Amino acid sequence: MRRIIAVLIENEAGALSRVTGLFAQRNYNIDSLTVSRTEDETLSRMTIETIADDAGVEQITKHLNKIVEVVKVDDLSEHRHLVREIMLVKVRAEGLARAEMKRMADIFRGQIVDVTTSTFTIQLVGADDKLSSFIEAIDPNLVLEVARSGVTGIARGTRTLRIK
Amino acid sequence: MLIRALQDEGVEYIFGYPGGAALHIYDAIFKQQKIEHILVRHEQAATHMADAYARATGKPGVVLVTSGPGATNAITGIATAYMDSSPMIVISGQVPSNLIGTDAFQETDMIGVSRPVVKHSFLVPSVSSIPGIVKKAFHIAASGRPGPVVIDIPKDTTDPGITAPYEYPSTVAMRSYNPSVKGNHRQVVRAVGHMLDAKRPVFYVGGGVMHGEASDRLRKLANTLGFPVTSTLMGLGAFPASHPHWLGMLGMHGTYEANHAMHHSDCVIAIGARFDDRVTNEPRKFCPGATIIHVDVDPASISKIVRADVPVVGEAEVVISQMLKELDKQLARSPDRLDRAAIDDWLARIDAWRRQYGLDEDARLEQPRDPILPQQAVRALARIAPENAYVTSDVGQHQMFVAQHFPFQAPRRWINSGGLGTMGFGLPAAMGVQFADLGASVVCVTGEGSFMMNLQELSTCLQYRLPLKIICLNNQALGMVKQWQDMQYGGRHSHSTYQDSLPDFVSLVDSFGHVGLRVFKHAELEPTLRQAFSDKNKDKLVFVDILVDPQEHVYPMAIKGGAMCDMYLSKSEDTLADS
Repeated sequence: MRRIIAVLIENEAGALSRVTGLFAQRNYNIDSLTVSRTEDETLSRMTIETIADDAGVEQITKHLNKIVEVVKVDDLSEHRHLVREIMLVKVRAEGLARAEMKRMADIFRGQIVDVTTSTFTIQLVGADDKLSSFIEAIDPNLVLEVARSGVTGIARGTRTLRIK
Repeated sequence: MLIRALQDEGVEYIFGYPGGAALHIYDAIFKQQKIEHILVRHEQAATHMADAYARATGKPGVVLVTSGPGATNAITGIATAYMDSSPMIVISGQVPSNLIGTDAFQETDMIGVSRPVVKHSFLVPSVSSIPGIVKKAFHIAASGRPGPVVIDIPKDTTDPGITAPYEYPSTVAMRSYNPSVKGNHRQVVRAVGHMLDAKRPVFYVGGGVMHGEASDRLRKLANTLGFPVTSTLMGLGAFPASHPHWLGMLGMHGTYEANHAMHHSDCVIAIGARFDDRVTNEPRKFCPGATIIHVDVDPASISKIVRADVPVVGEAEVVISQMLKELDKQLARSPDRLDRAAIDDWLARIDAWRRQYGLDEDARLEQPRDPILPQQAVRALARIAPENAYVTSDVGQHQMFVAQHFPFQAPRRWINSGGLGTMGFGLPAAMGVQFADLGASVVCVTGEGSFMMNLQELSTCLQYRLPLKIICLNNQALGMVKQWQDMQYGGRHSHSTYQDSLPDFVSLVDSFGHVGLRVFKHAELEPTLRQAFSDKNKDKLVFVDILVDPQEHVYPMAIKGGAMCDMYLSKSEDTLADS
């Protein structure tokens, strides 16, 4: 089952390698990983997307908690949550395909953020399956490059991941 | 700055080996008296010494090595300490900050290399950060589930020319590190309820009882309930071997009665143990009828291999005290709840198992016999070694024979590499123990294979006049490897024997300035051991080379893929016929 795990971690050198090292060492997979600053400059926030059963995710969260720099761990998939990912796609946009590509971007509520005479760069934001659907919906011969951010997520409602 | 912080932390010994990146630190050691530095002959030995010092005392052992090869040589010892949850501080010199990442002379990314085998690590960024890092390192190493902590210290941050105000912090506060101490009350209540309802209970205790200093409490709890106790390799001594309710070690080479008691139990109370594969055999067949209560300071150990019905996260001593209190409360409410008759039946059943295939039932052990059986040598040692002696071991058959046949009565007396299984551990471990307890009698039981992995330390033993007694069960082969080859590889002894190229151990230890003795015949066994422990040799290191039967296997032995009660009992018997 797909899991989205959010982690607050001390913003220190080497902390990230402990997390990725843990996944490698214990044979857990990482489908995507995003890391970024937070409003508190001493903390980073990670979102890890992984596939695990209940026992597996219990071990993953416990071992994440064991890492000395990890401050908080939340398995977002245990409760209602939102996930979002950003994708930049560079496509060939020439001749007839140019108008078609513009239409497809509109259908998926994407924005064209960069234009040349022969290409568009389209930005899409959404749940990750929406982004995949876009790629599947357009002619694969026209796709020049795809850059995806990996998912980030947050719990719905009043539930928060923060230090008291 | 670093040495001052170590002094303020109350460090007695540093086990180490100098080199370029650590020279500023060594100069600071030279200029002080408080901490004694022990010069080893190989960095791996320094880590085992510090590790064993910690296992004997409960205080973190301290290692100092230089960068590059010094640091990488320490890795095996760090991994050994990590697997057995031993608190240790490893200070590794590093090339100067401005050279890090340039492939400088003797540069290794120590933080990276050690990462999977440390509890935590620090790269020192500045002189002023040293006291805080040292304080945190000791706190992390010794608290919660203990483990090794690496402090990688670039040469420029130890430069005596750079000064910073020094103040050693009195406390540590880390928002991201607060290990649980007390068990959840609701779970403790549930656990005690299950214990009182049990008809076939068994305590299964491990190294966590040592680390948590919980032996006294454990004995109180087991005595109050009248339940039998077994332990892992790491838990031997947590419960006295002379106690009538002691079952011996469990697991792969555990006793018949311990493994049967586990398999047929209806309530397994695991304390400070981690359901290691060497214990459980096939986890799906593990203790089929039992409610599993699991007390451990590390939440990640709970339900990792075997799902716990009642998980209790906390320190062993604290949780057992909570259990005792709760037990009094529940017994006061309903004094007859514990079914004593059922427990007595259970103990009688266990006794019957013990009389059937217990270790004492091997008739060969009592007969004088040549070649000597390794078990006979261990039993003779147990009779002759001073009471309360520390025993360290290496890894292999001799280790299992000691675990089975040496009756440990007190905690922290049996020191061996259980988790990682590091050959070469025994001798330096014995040295570390001797430093921890200078007047004590320290015995290292080893095999000729393991001993040759760190024998250079005989020189260190002479330098510091360590009167160790080394008992070598010499079967002229890598015995455990050979046993597996006998049992599973059609007796093809691929690279497990070397009879023709063994050294003469007696002259070898003699050349290092120690005493060497050799035993060929059963009749010489006890007299020679007595000679080793005699007053004449009180201040000397004595090495006793005992030629034992090379054909002997360690039994019982778990049958792979089976339940705990599925065992080979000898070369010709197994339990499969019973079931």
